[in-house]
Amino acid sequence: MDKSGRKYFTFAEPPGQIILENGSLLGPVTIAYETYGQLAADKSNVILIEHAFSGDSHVACHAEDEDEASRPGWWDNMVGPEKGIDTNIYFVVCANILGGCMGTTGPTSLNPATGKPYGLDFPVVTIADMVHVQKKLLDFLGIKQVLSVIGGSVGGMQVLQWCVSYPEMVRSAVPLATTMRHSALAIAFNEVARQAIMADPHWNGGDYYGKAMPEMGLAVARMIAHITYLSDESMRRKFGRNLQDKSDFSFNFDVDFQVESYLRYQGSKFVRRFDANSFLYITKAADYFDLEASDGTSINTLNDSQTRFLVVSFTSDWLYPTYQSKELVKALKKNGLDVSFCEIEADCGHDAFLLPNCRLDSLIAGFLKGVAEND
Amino acid sequence: MTDQSSMRFDLQIISSWIQEDSTVLDLGCGKGDLLDFLRTHKKIRGVGIEQDEEKVACAISRGLTVLQGDLSMEVVDYPDNRFDYIVLSQTLQQVYEPAELLKELVRIGRRVIVSFPNFSHWGVRLQVLLAGRAPKNDHLPYDWYDTPNIRVITMKDFRLFMKEIGVCILKETAINTHHHDIKGHIVRILPDWRATYGIFLVASCLDGKCEPL
Repeated sequence: MDKSGRKYFTFAEPPGQIILENGSLLGPVTIAYETYGQLAADKSNVILIEHAFSGDSHVACHAEDEDEASRPGWWDNMVGPEKGIDTNIYFVVCANILGGCMGTTGPTSLNPATGKPYGLDFPVVTIADMVHVQKKLLDFLGIKQVLSVIGGSVGGMQVLQWCVSYPEMVRSAVPLATTMRHSALAIAFNEVARQAIMADPHWNGGDYYGKAMPEMGLAVARMIAHITYLSDESMRRKFGRNLQDKSDFSFNFDVDFQVESYLRYQGSKFVRRFDANSFLYITKAADYFDLEASDGTSINTLNDSQTRFLVVSFTSDWLYPTYQSKELVKALKKNGLDVSFCEIEADCGHDAFLLPNCRLDSLIAGFLKGVAEND
Repeated sequence: MTDQSSMRFDLQIISSWIQEDSTVLDLGCGKGDLLDFLRTHKKIRGVGIEQDEEKVACAISRGLTVLQGDLSMEVVDYPDNRFDYIVLSQTLQQVYEPAELLKELVRIGRRVIVSFPNFSHWGVRLQVLLAGRAPKNDHLPYDWYDTPNIRVITMKDFRLFMKEIGVCILKETAINTHHHDIKGHIVRILPDWRATYGIFLVASCLDGKCEPL
């Protein structure tokens, strides 16, 4: 364990590499993960949380001490003692995704063949590959079944992939603000973001480690992505047409509006913590995600699964709109699965699943309690 | 936990018609009182459909399986005979396409229980006849322009309606109770005149006979 509460598990040392969905071999693989709460003696209280696109294993602060482990997590409002996902009751596991840049193997990791960071030599991974390596982590932890897999957005895709890849390991699933299939709209935004990175001269075909970083490209990519997480309403409320530190237009191309200043700030903040190549790999994995199309394993092969589902969408989410959650619900119903669905009224767009919301807290808490009591 | 005496009177009758260990779909389930009662006392596996977000969230938080949505749209996704019982309580009078809905219900459920306010109650008849006004009373508390009850049904109408769409009536009970009232009684004499609500158990019929449960 390092100072931030992060632990590491390394496996698939050559020649025992894992085979990825695209057929290529990868190894060794390191997974960075964190755990919260106490594992019950019968291991029946495990909750696996899947982080979204730019998240990491630090889902919540580890409270007790003053060091780095107590820094806020990305879902502090949901995960912790006496919260929606109560760490006094449940043992929470959260791992950084494959292809990411927060401790798990990805394009920034050293390629054993060259001794240098992979860059674009890193194989293109899929959501199924991300789930595959998490399964290895649970095997390592001796966990045969989880009470629930919970996650939003790209995390929600992993939740659904878990249900399809390892249905016997998943007692319940909570996919939030997500989709079974990346839409043309979502792919389009990802492509524009990727183009922004690849157009930055510092990107250099993905080979920029130890040199000048493609900061401008990554910042613009983040700005694009960030817009898709908001909504018309939330932007109107937060910024309107307000000017930034001025009372009149500048009549040049500096920042005039608050919304411009905000996006620039979000972009520059992001480049300090995220890798441009990881951005490319993770967005590609999301774009390839289509549960209906994957051969052999799809939602339609789940008809004898015992997994219980709680599907949640948010009214103003236009990245993964409610109709996409309803398609998922429909597919689950047709296959005779136990599914609950709630569309939460929220005007803050796709980001809503991450923001404090007592309705979401009580939905998840009540659902988990029901699943735990059912056996 | 919901106990019997705290449930609406028509739901008390309805739950007495449901066999143990069955599967139940409750349409317009509200906060899930009926499903919660049936889960505890009859060990049923239930699903609810409800449109109101707050009620849905409340029901799911109780550990019930509930879908938020429009019931006419939601029922079409289920395979044939998915449920042993479907409950449509005090909702039929608010449905836009009742024939389509009833046909779907007898497809996805082996038995369908329907309850609705009886518009041939003597009080209603007198109001129209003597006062010349659209009926408005304790259990139908709306004016003509703001009522959600867009269908005016009587028990007699319902019997004819079932015949027209080829659905068998297996059981019917007339009750006298008020809207949301937990107390009431069964009406045996002149039910069409004296009942405020009718409750029917119906099923799809083939050659005039319905399939055994």
